[in-house]
Amino acid sequence: MSERNDLTRRRVIKTGAAAATAAAATPYFFSRASAGNHTGYLNAPTGSSVTLGFNVPQSGPYADEGADELRAYELAVEHLNGGGDGGMMGTFSSKALKGNGILGKKVEYVTGDTQTKSDAARASARSMIEKDGAIMITGGSSSGVAVAVQALCQEAGIIFMAGLTHSNDTTGKDKKANGFRHFFNSYMSGAALAPVLAKNYGKDRKAYHLTADYNWGYTTEEAVKASTEALGWETVSAVKTPLTQTDFSSYIAPVLQSGADTLVLNHYGGNMVNSLTNAVQFGLRDKQVNGKDFQIVVPLYSRLMAKGAGANVKGIFGSTNWHWSLTDEGSKAFVKSFGTKYGFPPSQAAHTTYVQTLLWADAAERAGTFNPCGIAEALEGYKFDGLGNGATEYRAEDHQCFKDVLVVKGKDNPTSEFDLLEIVEITPRAQVEYAVDHPMFAGGDLGSCNPGA
Amino acid sequence: MDAILLQILNGLDKGSAYALIALGLTLIFGTLGVVNFAHGALFMLGAFCAVSLQKLLQLSTVTLSETEKNFLGQPLEIKTPYVVNWFGEATGQAIIDWSVPLAIIIAIPIMIAIGFIMERGLIKHFYKRPHADQILVTFGLAIVIQELVKHYYGANPIPTPAPDAFKGSLDFGVMLGFDPNVIIYPYWRLVYFMFAAVIIAGVFAFLQFTTFGMVVRAGMTDRETVGLLGINIDKRFTIMFGIAAAVAGLAGVMYGPINSPNYHMGMDFLVLSFVVVVVGGMGSLPGAVLAGFMLGILESFASMNEIKSIFPGIDQIIIYLVAIIILLVRPRGLMGRKGVMED
Repeated sequence: MSERNDLTRRRVIKTGAAAATAAAATPYFFSRASAGNHTGYLNAPTGSSVTLGFNVPQSGPYADEGADELRAYELAVEHLNGGGDGGMMGTFSSKALKGNGILGKKVEYVTGDTQTKSDAARASARSMIEKDGAIMITGGSSSGVAVAVQALCQEAGIIFMAGLTHSNDTTGKDKKANGFRHFFNSYMSGAALAPVLAKNYGKDRKAYHLTADYNWGYTTEEAVKASTEALGWETVSAVKTPLTQTDFSSYIAPVLQSGADTLVLNHYGGNMVNSLTNAVQFGLRDKQVNGKDFQIVVPLYSRLMAKGAGANVKGIFGSTNWHWSLTDEGSKAFVKSFGTKYGFPPSQAAHTTYVQTLLWADAAERAGTFNPCGIAEALEGYKFDGLGNGATEYRAEDHQCFKDVLVVKGKDNPTSEFDLLEIVEITPRAQVEYAVDHPMFAGGDLGSCNPGA
Repeated sequence: MDAILLQILNGLDKGSAYALIALGLTLIFGTLGVVNFAHGALFMLGAFCAVSLQKLLQLSTVTLSETEKNFLGQPLEIKTPYVVNWFGEATGQAIIDWSVPLAIIIAIPIMIAIGFIMERGLIKHFYKRPHADQILVTFGLAIVIQELVKHYYGANPIPTPAPDAFKGSLDFGVMLGFDPNVIIYPYWRLVYFMFAAVIIAGVFAFLQFTTFGMVVRAGMTDRETVGLLGINIDKRFTIMFGIAAAVAGLAGVMYGPINSPNYHMGMDFLVLSFVVVVVGGMGSLPGAVLAGFMLGILESFASMNEIKSIFPGIDQIIIYLVAIIILLVRPRGLMGRKGVMED
């Protein structure tokens, strides 16, 4: 039998399968090998600069929030490179950052547009990782986007420093070893808000929830229900509203018929602006039910949203991660720096993204490497202060920051277009802390850090 | 019974907006044969006429406070609107308070002008092109308008409150013998419904009782014959495009206090308004109005807890479901005419 006769059916299949596997894997190995440059982790910087990927909504309904995040990122990069007044780098308890870049490398950045859509956000994050060599991805103004991009970064081997994401799931059932969240969450909102609500409105209240029909809405409803019911409130009804809804009149009209005396709007962004506007239009706040004044509660506030709702926010309680009127040294330094550069005070979205950038840079300096696993190790269990929220800790077990939470109220007599919320209480960290295995956060597995190479 | 009455009322204002937008769409389609996907953008531009007037009326002189500080610790800027300086505190504030109704005055010429420019500048070049081309170009135009508005006004909603006189709600239930707070309806929504009724009646009267309207109706029926009589029907149709733009714009102006205007609000209404036009019957003005109110009320009913507990998610699909059923039973829609879009 000649050699040519060795071309058996089995060999053809084997050879074909091997060739197909090699062909499919080549771009993957190529990109990994070239980007990682054989230094043990993906996108290791080889030149004199290091590239960060800022993935924010630059179009779509959260574009204003995204624009503010981007401003904060640009400010952080300026400060890291030694420009401006240094902002919160001067008040940060860690002194590892010197204003000479990170580990001696100049900080550069690329941006992506999440469009507040998970698919678009993943595509832009992937592009920044694969084409631009971004070594860290950060940003986002939605929990759906944060969870999706966090999962992508875990697979790719890149650290994800989450922006504005409030759902329990981000550091609960969807937590990842490569993902870190500075922003607070739904549980914390409920735990901070409930005592203030009970103090102001009493413990005998009947609540009616209108909840945005997606992940964040569910966890917020669950958290606020649990914390208010624990203080004696009764939940009369909880109605899901479509995320695309613009007119909430048909959902608000039956509220008074239900016997409820409090309406909880588990809505964010445009949903919150419209539902609150509609509720005020229907005169709910002028009504008396069960012998009490009817009240409205908005668990998660943002100044940008409050601006959209106008005078309708007056006197309405909610919670927030940070507010520019805080008087600690860190907040004052950040407001001065941001306000001088842009002419208006920063939003909470700007604050959390600025802080996340500094925290990642500081972790790299302390770890002495850009390796994601070294940075993750430096962030896990890290305790710091001076970044606007008082003493804060990145809990190692779930990568959630634990710190004080602000309970705020729509201001009755604002002095400017920015002066819309007033701080009612700074709820101490101990009151909003929970166990790692708390049922609201159950089901996830942090897994192990992926360096991407 | 009270819940049914409540949802009928709720459906009226939403139906009013659908009817007004669909009326304009039908006018354009019936006269020019163009499927105008930029019509939602005209609705949005109307709302931003109110936003712009509100901003104009709030243009202010600035003085620095001697006692109060801003967020950077600098003297706080105290703004006094020019209208307050010119007309005094009470009158000036009243003018600002009534900025939305006042915006009607500026919105009419602005929207007619936009309609003219849109029709003469772009859409007339697509009269003889397939409907697919018309849809693509008008949809593209809608996106351009939308992005321009976002660029200048931002992505966040901008509050445009109703005058103080119309704040709060009317207790319909008490008037009908029900308990207090059972059937309430905001005053401004009542105003919106009545405003829509007046506009719709005005458009019908204009088409029915004026010579211009008679020629337009004749042109809608048989454009060629009207042209042979020596009448410049194209010019009249261009004017109708302007009127349709004004109707959509006025619907937007008055909608501002119901939901704070944002750059995307036109798209939110566009698809549903097209469904309204199709259900009402392509080219039928009474059909558009009837279907607008009908679908608005049905949408309200579908969001009732009692209905949603039996059919989860029905509030998201009810309009499309009803549209499918109606088109199966009456393929030309409720009041559609034979021969329209059938060749």
